[in-house]
Amino acid sequence: MSFLTLTGVRKAFGANTVVRDFNLSVERGEFVTFLGPSGCGKTTTLRIVAGFEAPSAGEIRISGQDVTHLRANKRAIGMVFQSYALFPNMTVAANIGFGLKVARKSPADIKSRVDEMLALIKLPQLAGRYPYQLSGGQQQRVSLARALAPSPQILLLDEPLSALDARIRVSLREEIRSLQRSLGITTIFVTHDQEEALSMSDRVVVMNEGAIEQVGSPSEIYNAPRTRFVASFVGTLNLLNGKIVDASVGAIDIDGQRATTRRKLNGAKPGDILPLALRPEALRLGEGGDDRNTLAGVIEDVAFLGAVVRVRVRLQEAAVIIDMFNTGGPDLPARGAPITVNFSRDDLIPLQAH
Amino acid sequence: MKSGKLGAWLAMFLGVAYFLAPLIATFEFSLRMRRGEYSFDAYRVVLASADFHDSFLYSTVLGLLTIVVGILIVVPTAYWVQLRLPKLRGLVEFITLLPLVIPAIVLVFGYVRLYGSSSILPLTATSLGADALLMFGYVGLGLPYMYRSVETALRSIDVRTLTEAAESQGAGIWTILVHIILPNIRSGILSGAFLTFAIVIGEFTFASLLDRPAFGPYLQLIGANRAYEPSALAIIAFALTWACMGLIQLVGSGIRIPVGKR
Ligand SMILES: Nc1ncnc2c1ncn2[C@@H]1O[C@H](COP(=O)(O)OP(=O)(O)OP(=O)(O)O)[C@@H](O)[C@H]1O
Ligand SMILES: [Mg+2]
Repeated sequence: MSFLTLTGVRKAFGANTVVRDFNLSVERGEFVTFLGPSGCGKTTTLRIVAGFEAPSAGEIRISGQDVTHLRANKRAIGMVFQSYALFPNMTVAANIGFGLKVARKSPADIKSRVDEMLALIKLPQLAGRYPYQLSGGQQQRVSLARALAPSPQILLLDEPLSALDARIRVSLREEIRSLQRSLGITTIFVTHDQEEALSMSDRVVVMNEGAIEQVGSPSEIYNAPRTRFVASFVGTLNLLNGKIVDASVGAIDIDGQRATTRRKLNGAKPGDILPLALRPEALRLGEGGDDRNTLAGVIEDVAFLGAVVRVRVRLQEAAVIIDMFNTGGPDLPARGAPITVNFSRDDLIPLQAH
Repeated sequence: MKSGKLGAWLAMFLGVAYFLAPLIATFEFSLRMRRGEYSFDAYRVVLASADFHDSFLYSTVLGLLTIVVGILIVVPTAYWVQLRLPKLRGLVEFITLLPLVIPAIVLVFGYVRLYGSSSILPLTATSLGADALLMFGYVGLGLPYMYRSVETALRSIDVRTLTEAAESQGAGIWTILVHIILPNIRSGILSGAFLTFAIVIGEFTFASLLDRPAFGPYLQLIGANRAYEPSALAIIAFALTWACMGLIQLVGSGIRIPVGKR
């Protein structure tokens, strides 16, 4: 049985339902990310797991035990907040030791555990500082140590990196992930940053308007988005409209040009309009072979992004973006030039219309 | 430009004169007890008087008790309103402001009627009961100031997130109040306490009508019967009030007094 399960969880504030029909099972030691746009209910769901918010309906179980109505301070859940939320009146050591003190551990036990945590976050020299004497990244690491010190069953992080600058964000997310792996702690991480979600998680839960759109491994979410929402939210996917020509052989008409997909077109009838996704890095310039799709267009824009060159090709109504590795050659494609693009039949992804 | 500056200086001068002239005159007068020369005789007399000691001690003790009871009532209330009942904030604020709107004389007549010797709870019948009544009356008088200071301090910290952070560490409500909230709103509590103290030390109406041996009635008694001592007392009371204000400034100016390691 799963370690943490949410069954039929719903949350309404007055007439406003912000989480609906939420079903999720998280395995012990798993790192799960809630990904979605602002206001989609990520924080609310996390707060329900933490016990700060009671669900309007549904059930939460931790290792089989029903905790739906258990108070937050009895759940043994560690929480890291976006705003760090360190206790301003306490030193770093006192912050980290707070939960142990509440649990009436002996001073010697507290000290050794605090030292252990300080070593874990690599800040042993800051034990005596106050939070206002720390940088944002240091504060968040202390906050992580505080959450982990009482050895909680589950670790919850609500956009812990959002308030930090880009460089720290990347290094800290690697640190969090490796800590999580070495401790084997079951973790839910909330973010609206798809790169964060894809790079850190065992599984990603994509949320939209309070409901789960798709649950899957990062590669499943990225390579096989099920809905238009997931496709548009995860990465810079090209979204196209296709008209079904013959569903049985996967024949589709895109802007008057013929393409074929090897993915299933369940129950689509000729003439149906279907949203399609196409990853920018799956496209190549030039004619494709017989088993590839080829579309003709005009180069509309070329952007040099360092490692990647991003080309926008206008088909007719639609435009597609192509990401190519920068090979170091001097010649970038010229704007306004006619061009063909090609891609594998596996890479044309039909989405649920919805 | 020039005339504007002159006007500002003039206004400043008038303002200072308005406040300082009576003060200086009072101070000057308080020094004239000994005929023909300035001396601190009036102060010596006042400070040596047993009545001064007794009434001042009485009011000081009462002031400290008032502060303690005020904190016990105000801090949990303001915390709970901020955390769970933000919709009630306006109502609670209105209630705490009532003592400013209702004249003290009305309040004390209300107390005497409610707790008089023929009532169910005849607090005024015993001297200890009357002391308690006076103290609770003062808690009411100090309420607007105490609540304001505490509320402002609570707003300056993220009460909800700090509470949740502590809860997720396993802490219960009292642990959170004592170890997280109180230390972080200490400056607000202290300024509320000093204001309350300044009010209690000089208060006359309640103490007089409940017939308590407090500092306010003593001031009034001396003022009605002596010449130089009242001026000396006025200066002493003024200095005390300003000492309280100074302490508020000191505490409020964000001097960080870290709570020691435990
Ligand atoms: N206490 C509350 N009372 C009423 N509405 C609330 C409350 N808390 C959250 N909401 C509403 O619930 C919805 C979801 O909020 P939530 O904070 O869960 O979103 P989120 O996905 O975490 O967004 P963000 O990325 O901006 O943090 C929002 O529309 C919000 O206005
Ligand atoms: Mg949020």
